[in-house]
Amino acid sequence: MDHGNDAAFVEFERVQKSYDGETLVVKDLNLSMPKGEFLTMLGPSGSGKTTCLMMLAGFETATHGDIRLAGKPINNIPPHKRGIGMVFQNYALFPHMSVAENLSFPLEVRKMGKSEREAKIKRALDMVQMGAFGGRRPSQLSGGQQQRVALARALVFEPELVLMDEPLGALDKQLRETLQFEITRLAHNLGITVVYVTHDQTEALTMSDRVAVFEAGKIQQLAPPSELYEKPMNSFVAQFIGENNTLEGKVTQIDGATCTVQLDSGDIIDAMPVNVSHVGERTKVSIRPERVEFNKSRLREGAHTLKAEVLEFIYMGDIFRTRLRVAGTDDFVIKTRNAPDQVRLSPGDQIEIGWLAEDCRALDA
Amino acid sequence: MADATANGLTAEPKSGPMMAADGRTLKSSLNRALRREKLRALALIAPLLIFVLVTFVAPIVDMLFRSVENQIVSETIPRTVDALADWDATSTEAPGEEVFASLYTDLVVAEEYKRHTRLGSRLNYELTGISSVFRSTGRSIGRFDTDIYTDQFIAADPAFEDPTQWSSWMADDGLRTALPLTADAYDAWVGIMVEVKEDDPLEEDIYDFVYTALYRDLAAGAVPAGMPSIDVSGFETVSLRELFIDEDDAWMNVEIWQTIKTYSPSYTDGYFLNAIDMRNGPDGAEWRPENEQLYIQLFIRTMWMSLAITGSCILLGYPIGWLLANLPARTANVLMILVLLPFWTSLLVRTSAWKVLLQQQGVINDILVWIGLVADDNRLVMINNATGTIIAMTHILLPFMILPLYSVMRTIPPSYLRAAKSLGATNWTAFWRVYFPQSVPGIGAGSILVFILAIGYYITPEIVGGTKGVFISNRIAYHISSSLNWGLAAALGSILLILVLALYWAYDRLVGIDNVKLGG
Repeated sequence: MDHGNDAAFVEFERVQKSYDGETLVVKDLNLSMPKGEFLTMLGPSGSGKTTCLMMLAGFETATHGDIRLAGKPINNIPPHKRGIGMVFQNYALFPHMSVAENLSFPLEVRKMGKSEREAKIKRALDMVQMGAFGGRRPSQLSGGQQQRVALARALVFEPELVLMDEPLGALDKQLRETLQFEITRLAHNLGITVVYVTHDQTEALTMSDRVAVFEAGKIQQLAPPSELYEKPMNSFVAQFIGENNTLEGKVTQIDGATCTVQLDSGDIIDAMPVNVSHVGERTKVSIRPERVEFNKSRLREGAHTLKAEVLEFIYMGDIFRTRLRVAGTDDFVIKTRNAPDQVRLSPGDQIEIGWLAEDCRALDA
Repeated sequence: MADATANGLTAEPKSGPMMAADGRTLKSSLNRALRREKLRALALIAPLLIFVLVTFVAPIVDMLFRSVENQIVSETIPRTVDALADWDATSTEAPGEEVFASLYTDLVVAEEYKRHTRLGSRLNYELTGISSVFRSTGRSIGRFDTDIYTDQFIAADPAFEDPTQWSSWMADDGLRTALPLTADAYDAWVGIMVEVKEDDPLEEDIYDFVYTALYRDLAAGAVPAGMPSIDVSGFETVSLRELFIDEDDAWMNVEIWQTIKTYSPSYTDGYFLNAIDMRNGPDGAEWRPENEQLYIQLFIRTMWMSLAITGSCILLGYPIGWLLANLPARTANVLMILVLLPFWTSLLVRTSAWKVLLQQQGVINDILVWIGLVADDNRLVMINNATGTIIAMTHILLPFMILPLYSVMRTIPPSYLRAAKSLGATNWTAFWRVYFPQSVPGIGAGSILVFILAIGYYITPEIVGGTKGVFISNRIAYHISSSLNWGLAAALGSILLILVLALYWAYDRLVGIDNVKLGG
């Protein structure tokens, strides 16, 4: 893995895509990936992420803009000459060929010799722990096994870039988690560059070096997972990634790295201005449930607090999830760790909650 | 609870078949439960099953049976058939008096029942001209000079004229055994009286052929007890052989007798031999003369033209199927209506339209002449030959190819092609190695459908086929409705059926019938 090399390997420059000539599915996309990066395109369906992937693979052409691979524009290169491996959601294993024949296919079209092919097929199958299944037909394999084979097929011809279009979408949770781990391990071991498309944020957060959050044909934020979660740059990202409490109000004072917001209910809270710039602007503030504090001793001197009523207490094993009525909303959630000294709230309790100003981000309305 | 445990404990160690709760074996319980379901399923399909059996299977079986059935000869001229057993079919001479005497009795009876012409037609399939021999002989058989025997018997003893007397003689078992030919002839005469004339045999004059039989019995040395003893050695005689030959000298022709002898068994392979251009000669099966051979050539033509039609349907249908499967649903539906349109148009109209288009003074030739591609005096012959049949039938059968192709292609996800291309395959390689193999079940289904429909097609070749473009089915239809040689039609039909089944079997071996998909 060479993160040191920051020369862009995959580049989208001002890329636009329209299918019907009236609406843009992808609006002005700019993206630059270094070699060896695992980048996930995350977004709800219809956000343009798959279209981006298809443009990169060559199955769709950009209406406007340039896509470059290793510095060379690939807009006019047909898919089969791009040398990009691809894994599909429905695996797309050729049903009339055995597993080994499926893997042999990309090598055969590259006119590779038989012995070389066999060696590579064996290595690729072993890589995904499917070495014993070479003679099987895809229909004789389970979903997870099929996806391993699909992965091996996309890797067997040693592409530098591999695209994955929701490859784990059809698998059950446990299998998905195992394969998530395997895919990242393989990608890092082989040093390949991966563009991964998913609508599952857990997948995005656990697997990627960087995540591009798509919405309405635009990248809303492109950042490493921790930054995406802890420092969402707008309210869409804050809502989309992880669980999030949103309160709406108006900025009443900005003082460098902190600001005060008057909520619609009249309460005053502390927040960090992220994309608000002047007093009087409307804002949505975002607080992660685990960053909410109801133990006054842990809050800063003079911090604003809010009155809250406990509506529901859910025991989840490792954590407690408590739903509160706060500033007129009924779905304010806090999460607390299950520790010996942890207070267990019960419905009806009246408490006061607060937070550190840097954990509460004042975002666009 | 305690009981249940105890039961469970005692029941378990038992070896042998598993028992159900009611004490029967599990297997028989299951069978009983399943039987009810099977009966219900059977009840559901029963109406259709009965309908199909009565209207489809039974007539076909009956029809196929006619291809070997041949009782008509032994039923119409049984005595002749018996007498011919001793005749050497390879001899160069017509049989002797004995056979002609039997034929005389047979023909008189057959003529009364009006059966001799049917026999003539039947034998005419095997030997042309035999029909008219039977018809003319049947017309004059009643005027044969055998009445001299009648007159001489009655002159010798008037008792021979009395039908009541005859009846009592013929009731006597001793007499019947002594005079077998007479008894047989008398019975036949009684049959004619009762069944054909609807008269009382006790009041009608006995026919000449009975006296002839009596003469033959007595001349052969029979000693009838209980009948006036007549010495027939002084009787004036007449040769039946001569009478027949006088009537029509074709009776001297050995071929007629060979044919009768060959086709006297109740079952024959003659129709089948005929259907493959062979015939039963005196030395067993032999090829028909070159100029009479027809059917093998027709079968071969039917096969290759059906193959050509299937091939052109694949060529024309595959791109359409592809287009249909890959267009957006709305556009595909419109196209699908266009594909199905021919189904909603009369077959005759479509075929006639091709006649208008393809004939020498037709639309296509006119256009070709007009743009100068073809000289006016050298117009293309596209109709009333194989070309016309192939063009028109390809058009008519095309939907049967497109529909299975479409339904199979629709189930092939586009991601396979994308995957192939992303793996480095060119468009052609991706199509040929990934898409095409998956569409083969559709091609198989379409081909079987088109080929089997084509091989039995009748109306289109009949209209546009002329003489060079007709199928075996047209010949079958001719024998069913014009020549009325149903046996041959049935034999041809059986061969066609066997051919189709054999091809189906071969296809199953080569491609595997599991690989045939009509949809999803």
